[in-house]
Amino acid sequence: MGKKTIAFLLTGGCAGCEMALVDLADRLVDALEHLEVVWWAPTVADLKYKDLEDMPDKSIDLAFIDGMVRLSEQEHMVKVLRQKAKILVAFGACAALGGIPGMGNLHTKDEIFKTVYFDTFSTDNPDGVVPQTKYLVDGKYELTLPEFYDTVRAIHQVVDVDYFVGGCPPHHEFVAKAVEAIIAGNLPPKGSWITSGKSVCDVCPRNPANKGETRTPIKEVKRTIEGAPEEDKCLLQQGYLCLGPITQGDCGASCPKVGIPCRGCGGPIPGIKDFGARAISAITSLLKDEKTVEQLMEKYPTIAKLFYRYSLPSALINRRISR
Amino acid sequence: MSFSPNIVGFACHWCTYTGADLAGSLRCKYPPTIKLIRVPCSGRVEPEFVLEALARGADGVFVGGCHFGDCHYKEGNYKTSRRMMLVKKLLEELGFEPERFRLEWISGAEGKKFAEVMEEYTEQLKKIGPNPLKGGE
Amino acid sequence: MRKIEINPITRLEGHGKITIFLDDNGNVDEAFFQVVELRGYERFLVGMPIEEVPRTVSTICGVCRGIHFTASMKAMDEIYGVKPTPTARKLRELFLNAHFVEDHAVVLYALGLPDFVVGPDASPAERNIVGLVQKVGVELGKEVLRKRACAVKIFEMLGGKPIHPVTALPGGWAKRLTEEERQEIEKLSEQLVELGKLTLQIFDDVILKNEKYMELVTGDMYKVVVNYMGTVDDQGRVAYYDGTQRVVDTNGNEIATFTGKGYLDYIAERVLPWSYLKMPYLKQIGWKGIVDGEGTSLYSVGPLARLNAANGMDTPLAQEAYEKMYETLKAKPVHQVLAYHWARAIELLNAAEKCLQLAKDPEITSPDTRVEVGEATGEGVGIVEAPRGTLIHHYKTDKKGIVKEANLIVATTHNKGPINLAIRKAAKHFIKEGKVDEAILNHVEMAFRPYDLCLACATHAVTKGTIPFQIDIYTPKGELYQSLKNF
Ligand code: SF4
Ligand code: SF4
Ligand code: SF4
Ligand code: FES
Repeated sequence: MGKKTIAFLLTGGCAGCEMALVDLADRLVDALEHLEVVWWAPTVADLKYKDLEDMPDKSIDLAFIDGMVRLSEQEHMVKVLRQKAKILVAFGACAALGGIPGMGNLHTKDEIFKTVYFDTFSTDNPDGVVPQTKYLVDGKYELTLPEFYDTVRAIHQVVDVDYFVGGCPPHHEFVAKAVEAIIAGNLPPKGSWITSGKSVCDVCPRNPANKGETRTPIKEVKRTIEGAPEEDKCLLQQGYLCLGPITQGDCGASCPKVGIPCRGCGGPIPGIKDFGARAISAITSLLKDEKTVEQLMEKYPTIAKLFYRYSLPSALINRRISR
Repeated sequence: MSFSPNIVGFACHWCTYTGADLAGSLRCKYPPTIKLIRVPCSGRVEPEFVLEALARGADGVFVGGCHFGDCHYKEGNYKTSRRMMLVKKLLEELGFEPERFRLEWISGAEGKKFAEVMEEYTEQLKKIGPNPLKGGE
Repeated sequence: MRKIEINPITRLEGHGKITIFLDDNGNVDEAFFQVVELRGYERFLVGMPIEEVPRTVSTICGVCRGIHFTASMKAMDEIYGVKPTPTARKLRELFLNAHFVEDHAVVLYALGLPDFVVGPDASPAERNIVGLVQKVGVELGKEVLRKRACAVKIFEMLGGKPIHPVTALPGGWAKRLTEEERQEIEKLSEQLVELGKLTLQIFDDVILKNEKYMELVTGDMYKVVVNYMGTVDDQGRVAYYDGTQRVVDTNGNEIATFTGKGYLDYIAERVLPWSYLKMPYLKQIGWKGIVDGEGTSLYSVGPLARLNAANGMDTPLAQEAYEKMYETLKAKPVHQVLAYHWARAIELLNAAEKCLQLAKDPEITSPDTRVEVGEATGEGVGIVEAPRGTLIHHYKTDKKGIVKEANLIVATTHNKGPINLAIRKAAKHFIKEGKVDEAILNHVEMAFRPYDLCLACATHAVTKGTIPFQIDIYTPKGELYQSLKNF
């Protein structure tokens, strides 16, 4: 069997997903015996489109995208890669769900520009300048920038995606398993998440169910700065809003293990359409009464930024309505 | 032509849905703006249902359940009330007018109340106009 | 006029490109470094509780995974008016220093050294970490990778996650170390010190002993004369986690020191219509445009800038190396950007020595890693040294610690002006009479590589090229005239 060809594209992400691969170190080297990297662009740019465009369609066996789509350039690149790849994987929270930068969807492009280019404390903008997609410097040097869209999108909102992998970034232990499965051709049906299928709670050492205890209503909502959580006891049970119950646990419950609640970077467990909406229902089911809900809203004044920390662009309603 | 809002309603089988039936047989008139979906208990209404209705262009979403103490499953409507507090808050953060969502406790005997609520809700929605997402998708 | 675009270069806090304009004689008229990405963190952090911010801003960059996290954590301390407990502070420093070792190692071995070890004119197919490993020996190469992994391990043990950490608390640290873990970290840290020594040794053998390379290191084509900013401790030595920010001018004279919120008196960021990244300058000198030389208001940050701004290093082996560098280069400040790599190797050893010191400290396993917090003061600035240079996070909150406003100045942003200068300089030096070839391409690349625009490292690890980029040259009519690429 010949080597499989693979490609990587970083769009609007942080490269952490690719660092997760680098952290595989020797295992990555082993994997490269079966894989040949034909294209890996840390950045995207119009002049390089040609190179990818020149490849025959469907000539790449397996392509990964990490990062969301915010710029015209990213959108174009994602489309080109889709055309060239047999299998396309949305790799990590940004690509699969929109990720942390997806919280930008609670603001308009104008609001973001106003903050960044006018209101921030150290900004000096005497002429009220805003970056332009086309600009003539000194009347003779023409420079261009890609267009900044109003809305952040996950990859499947731009092109068809074959597989999704959660995590910000995917944990390297899990990445190794996923890569091995791909090499072996051992793949689930198209459109699936590549996941162990367990929730964070399922793999969490604090889980009351694993100790034969049952959950009781939560009387007080606590922020992580309030007091120290008891060791070995479920964080949610102690009032810290942990999203472990509805999040894929491919990370092995990294955060709860160090006493910090899960924020859902693993993505929704199978069957959930809208992560934030389901988080609301899972958490409120456990809160004792309306007073506790009020307390939650007081402690987390923008609930969308709690429940949709990693997934707003892929929600049923995926941005703030602008009029 | 004046705007006639589209309301999607989720009604508990044991109370609000029966109340709506009663309204019909009492011949209490209420506007044809509401499309009722019967659910076994208001506690069955997931926040996703509300979001999906709005995402698909409903101008208003209504959830009706039993009065506190009357829920067939004891706790269902308490859970609904807690849940919907956050749904309301979320919709606000997403830029919707508070009127786009309405939660009411209406028993099977309150046919008249059901009709009145529908009348009033329709008027409210007429005032604020169509769902801004409409036509978007 | 001909226009050349080098696109893409590599990532930093976003994506970037270089555009060069040639005059009618084919010489370089002007060159621009543009950042073409923006994600808007400053806006969407608003409304979040400040303790949620560190684990969120960490995703600004997955390469300097622990830095935005640390800066915002320090701002959070100030917002709650608390100081970290001695143990929490040590855990944070250990975490940060391990991060420095791991990050500097990636940058040096994947980006910086291949140019020298394999040779700047070698074919692009060899000029990468694989070529480097072949040149220095496979065993040695593997050794380097294994030792770097030790630093990643320490980072994960302390931060909870291998990339985006989660353990920040105001005045505290959520992860406590057991004695077994401490012992493990001590062993790992010994490996890091070995890595530091080894790196300087390779540097010595490959560069210092090679006259041709030393010409590049000391020559004018990579010289950018600007001011320098770095953090120093109370004795004026290089510091990463905390200290005073010191700025020295082009002659090495101290022209400013500040801490915390004081940054606003010294730094301003100019908005440019042709880049999504703002360009900072020294406020007291005033905006002078993109020029170098005495009197410029541009400044740079990062390893060389830190060493230029300080009096020395706080660990013995690193101090020795520091003295040797300035003796060899016979100037301070050093303006040759290739010396960034040297400074980076010295810092790697320094951070490794610090890891070992901290790992041996018995206090580091104390359970005292949390403090009680009360009402928020409403404002906090966190300044920390990233491997790439000074990073500033500034937040305003309400009394409950909910973010109202945020301002972030990242390391690459400070360097925007100097990078632009370095590119212009190298382009002017190497592109003459319209002649552009592959070697030129790499020499221009070598001008910005020392500033360490991060992601390329990931690319280097597995692909055959270096940072994949391409220069297309267009005639004045806009027709493609020549296309050069390194992949
Ligand atoms: S998912 Fe997380 S690690 Fe991956 S690119 Fe996005 S922010 Fe970075
Ligand atoms: S809610 Fe959080 S702490 Fe509790 S069991 Fe689940 S993952 Fe663990
Ligand atoms: S516990 Fe949750 S937030 Fe933490 S790594 Fe796992 S999925 Fe992500
Ligand atoms: S049965 Fe009517 S609300 Fe539960």
